[in-house]
Amino acid sequence: MKNLLLLRKTILAAAFLTVFLFSGLSFYHSRHLKEPVVVGDGLLEVKKLSHYFPGLKGSINDANVYVLGKEKASEGEGAALVLGGSHPEEPAGRLASWLLVENARLEKGRLFVILTANPSASTSTRPGGAYPPDYEIPTPWGRQKFRQGDRWSNPLDQWPDPEVYIHYPSRQQLAYMDIRNQNRTWPGRPGGTMTEKTCYAMTQLIIKEKIDLVVDLHEAELQYPVISTIVAHQKGEDLAALASMMISSEEGFNIGVEYSPVALRGLSHREIGDHTPAVPLLLETPEPFLDATRGKTDRSLLLTGKDEFVMKAGRHGLLFEKLDENGWPIDVRVGRHLSSIIQIFKVWTELHPDRPIQVENLPRYAEVISRGTGYYLKNPALTPSGRLFYE
Amino acid sequence: MAVFITFLYYLMVAFFAACFISNFRRSRNWQTEVLYLIALLPFLLRLFRLK
Repeated sequence: MKNLLLLRKTILAAAFLTVFLFSGLSFYHSRHLKEPVVVGDGLLEVKKLSHYFPGLKGSINDANVYVLGKEKASEGEGAALVLGGSHPEEPAGRLASWLLVENARLEKGRLFVILTANPSASTSTRPGGAYPPDYEIPTPWGRQKFRQGDRWSNPLDQWPDPEVYIHYPSRQQLAYMDIRNQNRTWPGRPGGTMTEKTCYAMTQLIIKEKIDLVVDLHEAELQYPVISTIVAHQKGEDLAALASMMISSEEGFNIGVEYSPVALRGLSHREIGDHTPAVPLLLETPEPFLDATRGKTDRSLLLTGKDEFVMKAGRHGLLFEKLDENGWPIDVRVGRHLSSIIQIFKVWTELHPDRPIQVENLPRYAEVISRGTGYYLKNPALTPSGRLFYE
Repeated sequence: MAVFITFLYYLMVAFFAACFISNFRRSRNWQTEVLYLIALLPFLLRLFRLK
């Protein structure tokens, strides 16, 4: 009898160790997955965020800053910052910034791109959300794997959360977990949490590099009213309105304009405009993967944007963006971001000819849909080490 | 302050993990044993900073 008990406990313990080992390895690999970035001809240098705020050195959030431009850019030319991965669970933003760094050339001005603005958030997924740990984009040379990520910084890197998050410097009370939300911690502070320090470092980048324009790339659930739009600080209202018209007439899709609410604190489109000379714009594309009424939360939903349950919500008038059987494929979402960036820079240059930002060789909406996002990703296996970086 | 709370938190996680293991060893009911092991999993994942 005693031997039977021992045998049962041994079997159960072995089964437990197997599950622990597999789940632990899966989480470990997901957290440490290296994503290759093959920088294009337009790259000047790669800096770290700690270059602008040494307090971030050694932190997981000491993100890469890719600087694109010409060797001899004129002092008078403009400068822009594009942020991908403020919320890594919104992959179109990261992928669009990937395509920027791997393909774009600057004819005028300088372009700073951060592919993963919150690296910590890219290393975990939403607890209870049943997210896949990663996803793959097909390319002509194989498949490139990316981390799925979450909306909030990984609790392994920033812990504990307060009962109520009090935003600095407004002292507005926000939801407790938003102290780990990079789009609620702008402008950041040097003595704050890791997420606040990351925003502080980016604020310092904007000030020290004399950035004129910041474009923060996001995606939104279809049951959220701020979708398929440019959210603009009041300093950028004309720019956003003109860009919206140009996009609608030239790029083949419609995008609206929302104005950044003055009373809603901590967001990039509010705080960057209030605390730096730059004009911040935030772009939203539709991502049915984020909707609460979605079905199976898998890689297919993430990349195709097809979901019968969210469609059913649409039939009941609960969506703020259309959703049909074609879904919202990742190529459509990446293409929307890229064409929006192209048109925003174009309009910016027309409005500010003394601070031009002119980007070339960047695929547009129609091209990304026609060839696929992966067509524009370079093969890291054929790349000399000097041009290969990892996120 | 956050570092101190985090240290206490990991101590607490280790304490409860040890309790689950101890209860698993003492239990004579297979269903309870499975329950202890299922409850132990997230504690160990956090203790080893895996999730």
